[in-house]
Amino acid sequence: MTVLRTRNLTKKFGKFTALDRINLEVKPGEIYGFIGPNGAGKTTTIRVLLGILKATEGEVTVFGKDAWKDAVEIHRKVAYVPGEINLWPELTGGEVIDLFVKMRGSNNQSRREELIEKFNLEPTKKCGTYSRGNRQKVALVSAFSSDADLYILDEPSTGLDPLMDKMFRECVMEAREAGKSVFLSSHILSEVEKLCDRVSIIRKGQIIETGSLMEMRHLTRTNVLAETRQPVKDLGTMKGVHNLRENGQQYSFQVDSEELGRVINYLSQFHLVKLESAPPTLEDLFMRHYEETGGAS
Amino acid sequence: MLKERFRNTGKYTRLISRRDRIRIPAWLIIIFLFTVVIGAAYPELIPSEEERQMMAETMRNPAMTALFGPGYGLDDYHFGAMIAHQMLLITVLAVAVMNILLVARHTRGDEESGRMEILRSLPVGRLSNVGAITLVLWGANLLLSLVVGGGLYSLGLAGMDLEGSLLYGVVLGATGIFFAAVTALFAQLAESSRGTVGYSLAFLLLAYLVRAIGDVDSEAFSMVSPLGWVLRAEVYVNNYWWPVLLTLGAAVVVAALALYLNSLRDLGAGFIPSRPGRRVASRFLQGPLGLALRLQRTAIAAWAAGMLILGATYGSVMGDMEEYLDTLEIMQEMLPEVVEDISLMDQFIPMLLAVISMVCTIPVLLMILKIWGEETRNRMENLLARAVSRRCILGSYLLLAYFTSLLVQLFAVTGLWSAGAAVTEEPVSFKLIFDAGMIYLPAMWVMIGVAVLLMGFKPQAAGLTWLYLGYSFFVVYLGGILQLPDWMSSLTPYGHIPQLPVEDMNYPILALLTATALVLTVVGFLGYRERDIQG
Repeated sequence: MTVLRTRNLTKKFGKFTALDRINLEVKPGEIYGFIGPNGAGKTTTIRVLLGILKATEGEVTVFGKDAWKDAVEIHRKVAYVPGEINLWPELTGGEVIDLFVKMRGSNNQSRREELIEKFNLEPTKKCGTYSRGNRQKVALVSAFSSDADLYILDEPSTGLDPLMDKMFRECVMEAREAGKSVFLSSHILSEVEKLCDRVSIIRKGQIIETGSLMEMRHLTRTNVLAETRQPVKDLGTMKGVHNLRENGQQYSFQVDSEELGRVINYLSQFHLVKLESAPPTLEDLFMRHYEETGGAS
Repeated sequence: MLKERFRNTGKYTRLISRRDRIRIPAWLIIIFLFTVVIGAAYPELIPSEEERQMMAETMRNPAMTALFGPGYGLDDYHFGAMIAHQMLLITVLAVAVMNILLVARHTRGDEESGRMEILRSLPVGRLSNVGAITLVLWGANLLLSLVVGGGLYSLGLAGMDLEGSLLYGVVLGATGIFFAAVTALFAQLAESSRGTVGYSLAFLLLAYLVRAIGDVDSEAFSMVSPLGWVLRAEVYVNNYWWPVLLTLGAAVVVAALALYLNSLRDLGAGFIPSRPGRRVASRFLQGPLGLALRLQRTAIAAWAAGMLILGATYGSVMGDMEEYLDTLEIMQEMLPEVVEDISLMDQFIPMLLAVISMVCTIPVLLMILKIWGEETRNRMENLLARAVSRRCILGSYLLLAYFTSLLVQLFAVTGLWSAGAAVTEEPVSFKLIFDAGMIYLPAMWVMIGVAVLLMGFKPQAAGLTWLYLGYSFFVVYLGGILQLPDWMSSLTPYGHIPQLPVEDMNYPILALLTATALVLTVVGFLGYRERDIQG
């Protein structure tokens, strides 16, 4: 059984196509990364998943139910942290957390206190006086103090300091250990790398890549830094070598995974002094997609 | 030093003008058309000299004085005197509301949304914001003065000379400038834009009430109210210019005070401080209804108190009316069709209650339109992302609106009756006033229906409900005197309400209005269930 599935989800605002045939599938116990640049359609997708926006075409199901028609029933088991958190300036953080938890129906008072403590939140202050990070904490505490089966998090750690960010990651891992699913949208690639099992990349309303990080890395390049005693000839013209930068006898470049062995063999003829290789970061993945599809928009 | 404080005010002025390039002209055009179209209609509506003099006699009635201000030039009640006396005050109210909304939007509104922070991080002076919006509104009000004055003069009616027409326009503009300054002051005191608008409107209402009581009972009391000053200009009859100077002088003082307070405080802070709140939510704050009530409870309480005072103000006029009507015994022979078996006093009750009911509709509409306010501030998704249905959200606000309609109407009626009973020798029965007031509820529900319909299909056009209420206000407020054609009053729900106790109770009409309200509301619900929510 899948927790969340979209089939050819399309959303149009007038003539503008915000989402174009999006296909997603989140399995139980999975942390699913949804990454893309600003304005790619991440938040729009999430709002469709939550039944706030109505899909123009396509099928959207959460827990096997229709995301638009059965929104209320679905939401009893969903916890959501929006990307931009707008709270009522006249209510206190504590009141908002309670209200949110009650509106979902489930209640876990001890968990609430524990999380308030953990995130170091001042619950008697009015939301109007909270900083962005504190508003984020209110949303995170109310999300994680409820017993949800699916957590939808829209750029959740923007605005948190490193310490709080670590707390947040702990909460996410705990949720996964308890068998919950997490749908995490982000443009911070390191965050997704640390947490996610599988990833979809969205750009201009279209999914351009889906798979596990392992699979994606397989398709891509490794970063290599090499230093040799003798100058290396013709490295730049070798098959599979990209972005070569030379600094004396130091070479840094990227190499297609399937060509890696051949290139290392070739380098070793020139007396290697130093060889460092790093797996591709999501950043590289991302940038490569940009280059191939005509750069950032 | 001072120059630094106001740095880049000029550019800021252009920014405001750019943002409001539709909004401000729209206000000006509506006010201009309102004045000129009605002005032009007077000769058709009241063509004969006798009718005009008869109207002058009714204007001596204290109830009329409370509504329109003291009559002047009644011995020769030409078109100029009539138009200025009957229209100036209500137009001044519209101009004041325009200035209040615009200033609140560009001061606290921008501060609340964080836009001001970005601007203040640029080389923009601390006082440039208040300075710029003040400059823009000086310009807008001056323009308004000229076009309205010019428009009235161009009508070429008897008694409407150039000086009087200009004075009419300038009185509008000067009062506008005054209320812009008052709002700028409240923007420093309150911490939110809602609070700023609330305090400013409360001040406007208070000014109106003080004037109403003062005009009937004591001239000196009236002079406390800025709305009392404007009527003393006696436009088209004596054309006194001192009230304009007085208003502008007061505006400068208030604006200076606002600037001074602005220079003292931190961005985002107010002078009325906020206290720490509850650690956990109360038993009432459990869902959408509790939330809606919690967010609006202060507003509901304030409006209820305000409506009690409004009712009491009109009620306090009844004593003077009684006296006045006694002296009128002789006149009753002249007006045989009016008297019959209904007392003259009873004639004015439905008129007062119609006006009261329309003012009471303002808080009721605010309750419903809050939905759109919440949506544009992206707070609706907080609810919709949880196990809360759209029907439940809209239903909560609807319930609150119905509750508010009952509450404010009850308070207004109670105020009217108790003040009336206190000052008259033969008090009108509570039941009579209660019936005559509560009968307006179906009309208010139709207004709620219109608002719900817009929420369901075109929330961006929520402002239309205010336009509709404004139209109703104009038709009912002035329609009785001007004897406007019937179709005009049939376009507003308030025009269909039986005028108890003068007319008979008419249940079919009330049922029809309630049914209309129901249909509008249900259709609105259907739309709300199907549309995209912004956030």
